[in-house]
Amino acid sequence: MTSSTAPAPASASAPARRRSRRGGAEARAGLLLALPFVVLFLVFTAWPVLQSMIMSFTDMRISDIRSPFAVNFVGLQNYLTAFEDPVFRRAALNTAVFVLLGVPLTIIAGLAAAIALDKGVGKLRAVFRVGFYTPVITSIVAVAVVWRFLLQPENGLVNTVLGWVGIDGLHWLGDQRTALLSLVIMAVWRNFGTSMVIFLAGLQAVDRQLHEAAALDGANAWQRFRSITVPSIRPTLLFVLVTTSIGYLQFFEEPFVMTNGGPLNSTISASMYTYSQFGFGNYGVAGAMAYLTFLVIAIVTLVQFRLMREK
Amino acid sequence: MIERRRPVLTYIVLTVFLLLVITPFVWMILGSLKTQGELLRTPPTWWPEQPTLDNFRRLFERPFGRYFTNSAVVAVVVTAGNLVLSSMFGYALAHLRFPGKRILFGIVLACLMIPGLVTFIPQYVLVVNMGLANTIPALILPFLVQPFSVFLMRQFFLGIPRELLEAGRIDGVGEIAIFFRIYLPLAGPAFATLGILTFLGSWNNFLWPLVVSSSESTYTLPVALALISTGQNETDYGLLLAGATLIVLPILVVFLFFQRHFIQGIATTGIK
Repeated sequence: MTSSTAPAPASASAPARRRSRRGGAEARAGLLLALPFVVLFLVFTAWPVLQSMIMSFTDMRISDIRSPFAVNFVGLQNYLTAFEDPVFRRAALNTAVFVLLGVPLTIIAGLAAAIALDKGVGKLRAVFRVGFYTPVITSIVAVAVVWRFLLQPENGLVNTVLGWVGIDGLHWLGDQRTALLSLVIMAVWRNFGTSMVIFLAGLQAVDRQLHEAAALDGANAWQRFRSITVPSIRPTLLFVLVTTSIGYLQFFEEPFVMTNGGPLNSTISASMYTYSQFGFGNYGVAGAMAYLTFLVIAIVTLVQFRLMREK
Repeated sequence: MIERRRPVLTYIVLTVFLLLVITPFVWMILGSLKTQGELLRTPPTWWPEQPTLDNFRRLFERPFGRYFTNSAVVAVVVTAGNLVLSSMFGYALAHLRFPGKRILFGIVLACLMIPGLVTFIPQYVLVVNMGLANTIPALILPFLVQPFSVFLMRQFFLGIPRELLEAGRIDGVGEIAIFFRIYLPLAGPAFATLGILTFLGSWNNFLWPLVVSSSESTYTLPVALALISTGQNETDYGLLLAGATLIVLPILVVFLFFQRHFIQGIATTGIK
């Protein structure tokens, strides 16, 4: 009490001074707490993002690794090289097919599982949810090894089971017509659990009374799904669509482990080919290919946001 | 009548799908316990006729103990780093005013969607020039701070009332101490989610370890398994299935114990 009694003229500026002193302490604390993250982030993420773009316009090769700034600018040459490379074009096509097949299948499987579980399957709901989610937590490299074993032509489990019902087994990963499809199926198996869990959360937003009222008015299940469920979960749908597309546009481990890109480049992906260009030491070309993938990711994301928002 | 029949159908369909989904794991574990001869047999056997750990013995004749330790050390350090550094920065972004705050958060957000494919070559050049190529720190450093982590922690701290901060100031607690003594002890749920996601991401990570590791001393489990599986002419499935089991089984056991945290973590980050 006694210490706070101050002379009249000073009391007017005291709160202001105290506030600015506190502001200084707050700013110092803020900077101090931010510092370790920001330094590591600028060095190991932000700067490489920028450097990667610069690199894609230079003739940088593995021999320049000790002097990454002593390189020549070559304009768009690396991008032209990428477009003129038939293997890269094939890789881009494979990636597009992988995304166009894989994304809808993953979303349909995830949404179907979520709706089935949301209807209330009682105590077993938790068991189904855990089971469907299990592949998501596993290493893609590990499950790719397991799937290669499952898909073996002579004594793989898949062909054995098909044999029981009288279907001749296929040479899944060795045939150009089925290799990429096999990778898509494995990716759907590995990832639909994520979309299921997110859809399960999103389905909480669906008004059950609206469903009951519509059912009384004679709307069938499909009509109710189209007109009530889908509009209610639109934000969730958009989120799953965007994140699944971004993930699938970069698929890498599946062909690396299961097919090594073959047969005849029928499963090589854009990521995998970028990695092999890096392996050959063509850093500039690899950088251009990586940025092309990134550009496609950005465009696909923007388009999906537009399409989903307008309706 | 219809209402009663439908759940039964749903159960049957779901059960069939559940069996399809978990069969690869069952097949992996059973296969890892079979002898080389039994694995080559047509038609394949279901239950191992003479269950053996021989595949695992052969696995550990190669330095798989080392690979396992490498994977574990990297995942633990990366997880710890993300929890500590992202909660510090996330708290500052949520509750403190400091110069450069907007611009720093903007840069972090801009990098949220940038794939590892874009950054790995400059990161490799950087690590080589730092003299860290083919070392454990090189596996860790680029993942120690991640945009997603700070985004998650900022969102979490925004949900904790500012009044706690004001009260701490009135009680004369220092600015840094307010974070460590008042806010950090409340971050348990966010730490559980972020910890699980970061650990899984690191344990299963492939591209960067593949790029930066070039000898047995730094291989992680996925890199070692991928190199064995692509390196041989005659495929040794006993060894490969044992390796896959070694990667998947520890995570699977932890998942079955803490599945609620795993699944809720994904769901909450999904909805935001």
